[in-house]
Amino acid sequence: MQDLSRLPAWPGPGLTRVPFEVYRDRALYEAEQERLFRGPAWHFLCMEAELPEPASWRTTFVGETPVIVSRDGQGALHAFENRCAHRGALICLGEGGRGRRIQCVYHAWNYDLEGNLRGVAFEGGIDGAGGMPEGFDKSRHGPRKLRVAAWCGLVFGTFSPDVPDLETWLGPEICARLARVLGRPVRLLGRHRQMLPNNWKLYVENVKDSYHASLLHSFFATFRLNRLTQEGGVEVDESGGHHVSWSRMQTDRPNEDYEKGGLRAWKDDYALADPRLIHGRDEFGDGVSLQILTVFPTFVSQQVQNALAVRQVVPKGVDRTELLWTYYGFEDDDPELAEQRLLQANLVGPAGFISMEDGAVGGFVQRGAAGADGLDSVVEMGGAGTESQRGRATETSVRGFWKAWRAVMGL
Amino acid sequence: MSGLQDEVDGLFARYAMAIDDDRLEDWLELFAEDCRYRIASRDNVEAGLPVSVVYADGRAMLADRVSALRRANIYEAQRYRHVIGRALVEAGPPVTARAGYHVARIMREGDVMLFSTGEYRAAFDEALRIREMTVVYDNARIDTLLALPL
Repeated sequence: MQDLSRLPAWPGPGLTRVPFEVYRDRALYEAEQERLFRGPAWHFLCMEAELPEPASWRTTFVGETPVIVSRDGQGALHAFENRCAHRGALICLGEGGRGRRIQCVYHAWNYDLEGNLRGVAFEGGIDGAGGMPEGFDKSRHGPRKLRVAAWCGLVFGTFSPDVPDLETWLGPEICARLARVLGRPVRLLGRHRQMLPNNWKLYVENVKDSYHASLLHSFFATFRLNRLTQEGGVEVDESGGHHVSWSRMQTDRPNEDYEKGGLRAWKDDYALADPRLIHGRDEFGDGVSLQILTVFPTFVSQQVQNALAVRQVVPKGVDRTELLWTYYGFEDDDPELAEQRLLQANLVGPAGFISMEDGAVGGFVQRGAAGADGLDSVVEMGGAGTESQRGRATETSVRGFWKAWRAVMGL
Repeated sequence: MSGLQDEVDGLFARYAMAIDDDRLEDWLELFAEDCRYRIASRDNVEAGLPVSVVYADGRAMLADRVSALRRANIYEAQRYRHVIGRALVEAGPPVTARAGYHVARIMREGDVMLFSTGEYRAAFDEALRIREMTVVYDNARIDTLLALPL
């Protein structure tokens, strides 16, 4: 257990103040690995579509812990630490592989796809010399295993024996919202990897923060698209940790005024020269053109018009975070929709028209908070609670994050 | 052939200098009207996965990218410094070329990092304007964000 006694008491009351140490403190970061990432929470591992075949595996992370997620010969999912039981080397280097056994390169110990140690090289010695002692029991040595469960093609794992089953953990609202976008067989479109110069929580807060969207990101306003915005809201689950923010925008049919503006072309400012980029199709039939969903602590599901992706937030140190984006469409996409997804992938991501700023803004806080130990940030937009709210000028889901984080961290 | 080689190398030099000088409007002029421009990771390209970090179908979309950088997007002041290797040119038609690059990113604050390495895969029209440009980057991870084009 890390000694967190030097941290100040949480500035009360409630969730409207967040001490800057939470982004900077090394002992706290280590405590998160233990209490949160190896504790009672489900963590996204990969999409089932990334692991389509029996007898195959992929590498992933739960917090900093390297993990292998696999399908055995019968197609059942498993996950276990990517750490050899012998000396601790990575069992699998690289992205993954296929076969019946995974072998560590260091001393060739090998494992089945459930993570059981099956083979120890030279276990009986060489010519009667050396080898493992008589009583060495392979079944008592192995990487730690995770519980695994999937919902709508999303594979989650947990080291905790206590956390309730995945569906209960997600709750009915999140399950329904995930099912809304992930109801059909998925086709992978590709991945982006991005390094963020900030603590992982700053990125998660940013995703949950609907207040900043129209202020930091001016793509829609600059190109006069924001008048299309109709309605939206933020829903927070009871734990506080999961959220959905959504809005409806009329982008499924071309706007005539806008098209006329576009014809004036790209030397004339303030109009897109080629507005095909923002012509979404109402593929889910409910007019919702934006749905950003988080599952506590580090999973994001994104629908930005027809750009569909999941994001996995991987802490890489107190002030470094890797963001893994997996873009997808569906097997039954027609060619036009398939192309539209590729065009709209421009809207978000490391170079996203709408939101490239999100890659940098966490670093601005990280740098701004240097020397601010003992001081707090203010999270009071939309009140002090964590209830679902209409409109987007609220930080209710950011407070929700801290509610869930404090509960699991015991702080 | 050496004439064509020089022309293609010269075009890559103009491409690099236009970006590094922050003359993105001049950079646009190197592209054909019906060009396609993509920035995609080597991992995706080799796996046959189609998603790009930047994708413009036509010069108008590329122009939108430039005007968004000028007017809409917020990013810390930064410059690139390209070093592009001698192009490997195929006379075609169409003329195609591959060339390796290093791009350093220089932040106003003073930090310089090797931001990206990779290769340009280009195809040209008769006037040697860029019809197809796929920037295949080797660095699996993009640091912070990718604002300026590679």
